[in-house]
Amino acid sequence: MIRRKNEILLTAPTLVWLAVFFVVPTFAMVAISFRPSTLYGGVGEGWTLDAWRALANPSYPVILWRTVWLSLVTTAVCLALALPIAFLLGRLQGRWRGFLLMLVIVPFWTNFVIRVAAWRIMLHPEGLLRQTLLSTGLIGPDTLLLYNEGAVLMVMIYTHLPFAILPLYAAAERFDYSLLEAARDLGASGFGAAMRIFVPGVSRGLLTAMALVLIPALGSYVIPDLVGGPTDEMIGNKIAQRTLGDRNLPQAATLSVALLAFTMIPILVVYLLNRKERTAPV
Amino acid sequence: MKASRVPAIVLALVLVFLYLPILLLVANSFNAARFSSTWGGFTLKWYAALLHPSNRDIWDAAQRTLLIALSSSAVSMILGTLSACALHWYRSRLQQANHGLLYLPIVIPDLLMGISLLLFFVALGVTLGTGTILVAHITFCASFVAVVVLGRLQGFDENVIAAARDLGATRWTIVRRVVLPLLAPGIVAGGLLAFTLSVDDYVITFFVTGPGSATLPLKIYSMVKHSKDLPLINAISTLFLALTFLVVWLSQRLTQAQPDRASR
Repeated sequence: MIRRKNEILLTAPTLVWLAVFFVVPTFAMVAISFRPSTLYGGVGEGWTLDAWRALANPSYPVILWRTVWLSLVTTAVCLALALPIAFLLGRLQGRWRGFLLMLVIVPFWTNFVIRVAAWRIMLHPEGLLRQTLLSTGLIGPDTLLLYNEGAVLMVMIYTHLPFAILPLYAAAERFDYSLLEAARDLGASGFGAAMRIFVPGVSRGLLTAMALVLIPALGSYVIPDLVGGPTDEMIGNKIAQRTLGDRNLPQAATLSVALLAFTMIPILVVYLLNRKERTAPV
Repeated sequence: MKASRVPAIVLALVLVFLYLPILLLVANSFNAARFSSTWGGFTLKWYAALLHPSNRDIWDAAQRTLLIALSSSAVSMILGTLSACALHWYRSRLQQANHGLLYLPIVIPDLLMGISLLLFFVALGVTLGTGTILVAHITFCASFVAVVVLGRLQGFDENVIAAARDLGATRWTIVRRVVLPLLAPGIVAGGLLAFTLSVDDYVITFFVTGPGSATLPLKIYSMVKHSKDLPLINAISTLFLALTFLVVWLSQRLTQAQPDRASR
């Protein structure tokens, strides 16, 4: 009984904190999505489906689709770049491995806003990159590097790449590289062996990497806001506008619930696959 | 086996991609020219401009950021450590719920955490400001501390506790003299992680902030957004980076001390 009391004493503070400031707000968000908005930006009394019906407004499906599309492309590119890097880091030994891994992680520690700002400054019309491209004649004077979908994608890949490299590296570290040698002895090409043996070998890391990139990418707000143009908005931008721009909180809540539903898909997939793997007989 | 060159080439290109914008930003903070396309000579004038009285609000924001980061990491160190101990020492339904609840704030996009907290505060009629930012930061930091401390607990030798008990130590003495000193590097590393996460956060803070309580990332963001004082942004960012690296370096030293201690 003392044991049980101790367990509760240890568990309760954080559990209660998270219940009050994480679980309750999430349910409050769902509840507010069914409330009417008031003229002065508050939340009205009574229940309504107005905010949900407004999601059919043609601009929202386009933005939802763009959010999913940009996030999927980001995830695909990050995984494609992270795979060979993880393959290399996993095979290296000693000093080099630690040093290169450190180099990959360091940008991850730099402030997120600063990293996006650095890109904005680099792509700035008067910045180094555009001026260099202009002087070499690779782009015309009308080409802007900033405020387009390409810039959004580039910076999304930039900020999410470490999330893909780290879990894949962790999986590659446990991978038995002698299997590749065996495959090549049996006549497989280098690339073929890597695709058919290494990729399935790190499948679990691939799954984690996919979720770790896709989930935050879906919730992007800063990147499209700073380097994207008005036609590159993602759902996060709409949520921010409905919250702080024209102040329609129930509308912000419905958009957030929709985003939550989208992010639950990769979370559930990873959870179910991991559980299946754990319960499967070894 | 002849190794393919492709992975090495990809790694080299990715490293250039990762570092180029950051290095350019740092270099430009010492550039006398306004724009990055020309090098106008080495200067410290942008750093000097930061000290000008008209930029007081930047220092106010920096001070607030530091205060919030210190308090939220202190509170989340306590919450996270308690939670990690509960998860490590008990197996029950309660711990399953605890485990799930602890990981959710880590995986959910920060935007959703920010908006739901804002709606919650609005529904309760709470005035937004430094207090609400603090609550939000503790909420997302506690989970990260718990994960780090849990990692440290995995290498914990339970026999030490049994030995202390056999020698007649009371429960409180065991906690104070045995458990806490052994967990200390993990708790401090978790606290430093919480500190960097709190200093780093823009999105959640943006939602729950009130008038006149901007943190440094918020301040930098609005300067970037309005393309105002670009060279100043380079200078603040460079200082900010230096501070982050200091904290990270400290936390690395603490976590790297781990295997040495265990082997002794």
